[in-house]
Amino acid sequence: MSRGPGLRVVTGGLLTTVQDQGRLGALRYGVPRGGAMDRFALYAANRLVGNAPDEAGLEILASEVCFEVLQPSLLALTGAPIEAYWNDAPLPLWTTILARPGDHISLAGKRHGWGARSYLALAGGVEVPVVLGSRGTHLSGRFGGLAGRVLRAGDLVMLREQPNDPLRRAGQAWPAEARPPYGPKPSLRFTAGPHQHCFGATSSEALAQAELRVSDHANRMGYRLDGHTVELTRLCSLPSLGVLPGVIQVPPDGKPVLLMADAQPTGGYPIIGVVCAPDLDVAAQLLPGDSLQLKPIGEDEAIEARRNYARWKATPLEPDDTVAQLALAGG
Amino acid sequence: MQPLGEGALLLECTPVDTLTNRLMLALADQVTALDLPGIEVALPAWASLMVLFDPLCLTRTRLEAVLTALVREVEPAPARPARVVDIQVRYGGEDGPDLPEVAAYLGLSEAEVIALHTSQIYRVMMIGFAPGFPYLGPLPAALDLPRRSTPRTAVPAGSVAIAAGMTGIYPARLPGGWHLIGRTEAQLFDPLRDPPTLVLPGDGVRFNAEAQRRKGAEGSDE
Repeated sequence: MSRGPGLRVVTGGLLTTVQDQGRLGALRYGVPRGGAMDRFALYAANRLVGNAPDEAGLEILASEVCFEVLQPSLLALTGAPIEAYWNDAPLPLWTTILARPGDHISLAGKRHGWGARSYLALAGGVEVPVVLGSRGTHLSGRFGGLAGRVLRAGDLVMLREQPNDPLRRAGQAWPAEARPPYGPKPSLRFTAGPHQHCFGATSSEALAQAELRVSDHANRMGYRLDGHTVELTRLCSLPSLGVLPGVIQVPPDGKPVLLMADAQPTGGYPIIGVVCAPDLDVAAQLLPGDSLQLKPIGEDEAIEARRNYARWKATPLEPDDTVAQLALAGG
Repeated sequence: MQPLGEGALLLECTPVDTLTNRLMLALADQVTALDLPGIEVALPAWASLMVLFDPLCLTRTRLEAVLTALVREVEPAPARPARVVDIQVRYGGEDGPDLPEVAAYLGLSEAEVIALHTSQIYRVMMIGFAPGFPYLGPLPAALDLPRRSTPRTAVPAGSVAIAAGMTGIYPARLPGGWHLIGRTEAQLFDPLRDPPTLVLPGDGVRFNAEAQRRKGAEGSDE
């Protein structure tokens, strides 16, 4: 089925991995959901190139990265507003392009105020073995993705299937208004968690008013947040229970931890709140030192947020003629 | 039963004991068997159940009603384990560096700690923390002690540990706060195996003390 190599990694960057929408089915084996940190951006990149939404693409942590294109390929780079090039010309983001053999796609690693992770989808999808129901890389477990590791110079990114009518898709752009509310200092909406009895009566409000920062202890498992200490009214020793990305845990030191894609599936710290799924993709675009706020909302608002999110995912894609010419012309 | 965000429900039960664990396991199986559109996954833990669902497809009120009905009817999973997995353990020495401290804390000899640890069949209450890490219990009361005050940044793979009324096995090199009393060669997790874990919730685990070997007599390099 494989159609051979689509890209050669020239510069692998800090943390470039194969990811998809994760492996929910393996939670019961103690395996994290994993998958893309910014699920929306990968979803959009896949749609832009005509892939199924659960197809695997590349997650690229903001750094200098370069790929050489090895066969004619429809590509789309989404996520962080990163400085990126198609040969010598700026690469249009959230846009389908048709790249030719010998072309170089490079990311300069420079961000414009915000952004942490970019997603590169290739028409046909990335060919790596499915492990426990997913092609995503589980780095600490060293499985999934490309041999369970980050991509390095010299690696070949194999393509899975023949794409459908590639020319029709070139030039498609994802409308800016149909994306999560990305930006600097985001306000992440959360609903109250189940262990309010462990916290002071005004703990949630205090958390919401705090100027929070992503600490240096931040990775694909979770972000420890600086800037506020949550008041724990008593020592809450909980038996380990199921948790999920978005959960805000409070360890005994009161420093909240926001669980992200590779969070372990069980945890024993009290949960003060849960960031709604759409805003977790916004959180995925934060790096250590970035500011954020947490905003308490009710369940209805969280469901409405999901409804909008579903609407954005289904946004109609129409090729823009000017963009299409650019997308075909290359740099 | 409480929401855990807009797309999950958490059912927490007391007391935290084996019967509750058997109920959670049975409940998880029943929720999965419902095959109700909108339910994504049911994850049992020691004394809780997390159900992930799509709130645009299934309302929380409806899911709660379904779960409440199941809770009323559910029969606990069998007390008797479907199978018992034997795990060979080298206790003490470099393999179980905390054994002397544990014995001193509990007022027992090292041999008594080993005898107690190998004296019964434990139930796999849940898999969590890391791929393939089994939470086993209940531990004999004489072995109950709190977690280490300072967790280790790296615990060797295969370490057999106790803490807080539980015993467990580190499937890989991981950070950990439990007391290390021994080590096994058993491979707890292999992503390419089906199932990937050596044991599953509801299984029994029996530890067997391997004859003590002299330091350096075997070839493990970790």
